[in-house]
Amino acid sequence: MKRSEKAIGSVANYVDERTGAAKWLKKNLTKVFPDHWSFMLGEICLYSFIILLLSGTFLTFWFDPSQRDVVYNGAYSPLSGVSMSSAYASTLHISFDVRGGLLMRQIHHWAALIFMAAIVAHLFRVFFTGAFRKPREFNWIIGIGLLTFGIVEGFLGYSLPDDLLSGTGIRIAEAIIQALPVVGSYLAFFAFGGPFPGTAFIPRIFIVHVLILPGLFLALITIHLMLVWYQKHTQFPGPGRTEKNVVGYPLMPVYMAKAGGFFFIVFSVTAFLGAVASINPIWLYGPYTPGQISAGSQPDWYMGWLDGLVRMAPPLETHAFGHTISWNILLPGLILPGILFTGMALYPFIESWVTGDKREHHLLDRPRNAPNRTALGAMSIAFMIISLVNGGNDIIATHFHLTINGIMWFTRIGLFIVPPIVFIITKRICLSLQRADRDLVLHGKETGRLVMLPSGEMVEVHEQLTDAQKWTLTQHQQPDALPAPLPESATRGLKGKLRKRMNQAHAIQIPAPTLSELKELDHH
Amino acid sequence: MNKFTQFRRRKIAGPILVVAALFTIGTAFGIASALPGAQPAPSSSTSPLVSQGKAIFLRGCSSCHGLNAEGGAIAPSLIGVGAAAVDFQVGTGRMPMADMSQQAMRKKPVYNADETAALAAYVASLAPGPASVTSENLNWQRDGNIAQGGQLFRTNCAMCHNFAGQGGALTNGKYAPSLMGVEPKYVYEALITGPQSMPKFSDTTITPQEKLSLIAWLQSANHEQNLGGASLGRVGPVTEGLLVWTLGLGLLIGVAVWLAMKAR
Repeated sequence: MKRSEKAIGSVANYVDERTGAAKWLKKNLTKVFPDHWSFMLGEICLYSFIILLLSGTFLTFWFDPSQRDVVYNGAYSPLSGVSMSSAYASTLHISFDVRGGLLMRQIHHWAALIFMAAIVAHLFRVFFTGAFRKPREFNWIIGIGLLTFGIVEGFLGYSLPDDLLSGTGIRIAEAIIQALPVVGSYLAFFAFGGPFPGTAFIPRIFIVHVLILPGLFLALITIHLMLVWYQKHTQFPGPGRTEKNVVGYPLMPVYMAKAGGFFFIVFSVTAFLGAVASINPIWLYGPYTPGQISAGSQPDWYMGWLDGLVRMAPPLETHAFGHTISWNILLPGLILPGILFTGMALYPFIESWVTGDKREHHLLDRPRNAPNRTALGAMSIAFMIISLVNGGNDIIATHFHLTINGIMWFTRIGLFIVPPIVFIITKRICLSLQRADRDLVLHGKETGRLVMLPSGEMVEVHEQLTDAQKWTLTQHQQPDALPAPLPESATRGLKGKLRKRMNQAHAIQIPAPTLSELKELDHH
Repeated sequence: MNKFTQFRRRKIAGPILVVAALFTIGTAFGIASALPGAQPAPSSSTSPLVSQGKAIFLRGCSSCHGLNAEGGAIAPSLIGVGAAAVDFQVGTGRMPMADMSQQAMRKKPVYNADETAALAAYVASLAPGPASVTSENLNWQRDGNIAQGGQLFRTNCAMCHNFAGQGGALTNGKYAPSLMGVEPKYVYEALITGPQSMPKFSDTTITPQEKLSLIAWLQSANHEQNLGGASLGRVGPVTEGLLVWTLGLGLLIGVAVWLAMKAR
């Protein structure tokens, strides 16, 4: 043994004797994780969060969260001599006078957009593969919490520089608070410390943005990952993979290397975007003044659907007992998002109630094998995209020479018509894919090779799948309709009838090849 | 007590006096405003430029605007719009319109500078209105203040033309056009004549010096470098979101797929 090795060994031994770390490490470093590209979407979220923490800390060194009036005298001449808030002036200072400041600001903002996009993509993966099923319902709810807080955190960050665009966003947020019946005006006064815009709001949201929500994120992400660790990662079905094992590679060295490398790739993509593409050019927007607004004022994309819903809401108002209820804001700004997010958080429980499936699941569904769920997901995405389109209706109108009223009516009607159509089409596609799987298992792949038999008949040679492939395509359990596993009493009443209808819809499947069909095939 | 004193002391005397005074002032104002104005229309209906302009007008414009520019069902009256409006509308190619769509768009001018000047002279001869300006007369480099122009722009113009003058959508397919590359004199003329959906900004609302500041800011915005990299159209977060979902997440998912393939 070399001297240096000896020294390291004795240090390690010293630490181990006092902490017992070796045993713990030995156990946990060999933990096995399954491998699939879609399992790395969550990693993108984690890594962009780390980038956000690092770049955000850099920005706090110069950002002054204050609405105190100052006269700008910095490097950006088109604004020199203009009166503005200190928050805006310090953001200009970061952009033009701090070395690397603009790059850091852009990295921070691009990382935020990537963070949110990756959360949504990760959510899609978890939803469409059924990874939220028992025992992972709590982790699903934590994920929905992270998504919700991410939207709030992003919006607050977008609001901090106090530029013309973000001030407009805060104004809309104030309107949504005010739309709450009875308490709205009081809450808005409370949040803004008086009438809009006041001088209290930016210092307040700064603390929420840099301390409270990041702390909450750290806590929730830790629980999220600990649950993944403890419950083990789900895996796609395949030969040798069961509900009781995990087939994959050990954390050390495979995933350490992979995850570490992937972190740097996420960082480099974010830094690349920050270096080549302008984002939130606040110097062009100008400082916020309540009397000013720009055409085409938009929120960041993860709020865009909300903005689109508010834009398409018809002008409904009720006056009762000296109060005005603005349905045009309340409905799209609070009630509808509330229903959507509650429904999303409760979905694992709703699905298990509909299917009557209370078993644990560690093997993932292929999306086609759960046609109803897949169709529901596609329908929700269609809903969001239509709202999002209306959120950018003015930009679409000018760039594609369309009428903004036409786009609004298209989305108003489309919001109700397109999602059901998408549901039906997706479900049919799923069933067709099931049929294709069945065909593939029973008849094999079409090789395109034609053979002429002695009798003169021409046939195409079909190549049989391997046993492993056949297993992958046929291993899943297809759901039975209620009330087979459940007593008749569970399907009585209005609630019961609803459940029965939904359950039957859920159970529509193309029968997978049975064992006897496969055996018969082997005799040929 | 004589009769005048008797009348003076009656209760009705006050109201009668007020009505009489109002009547006198009203009549005087009516007569005064009916008199020819302080700036009469240039009485040059005989000048060759005006008659040349009238000939062009009758040939190219009168089918919509009427034989005497009095307007019609599909086009407004041009009496009193002034030479500035003609110079703006014809000089930028908006008039004559290519089709009866939502709004006249900027295109290659149909009439050359001389013909436009003749048309402008003819329309100006009908009734007084704002005179056309030339880019040389607009000393925006000297008299315009960029920072002041930016504030004026954000207060008065950005709500339709976007924060960077990139244009924006109005109702029913109408739009506020992009202001990038618009010549200073057309900006000035648009401000004083209020073409199409645009309001008029008189010299009392925005003083001539402030108009020069606006032009100075627009010129600066037009020539401003893209300080943070590709501008993405300067239209705000929509294109940023688009880029994140296509290039950003696209690259990352591509790498993830590649890494997962590597492991096999």
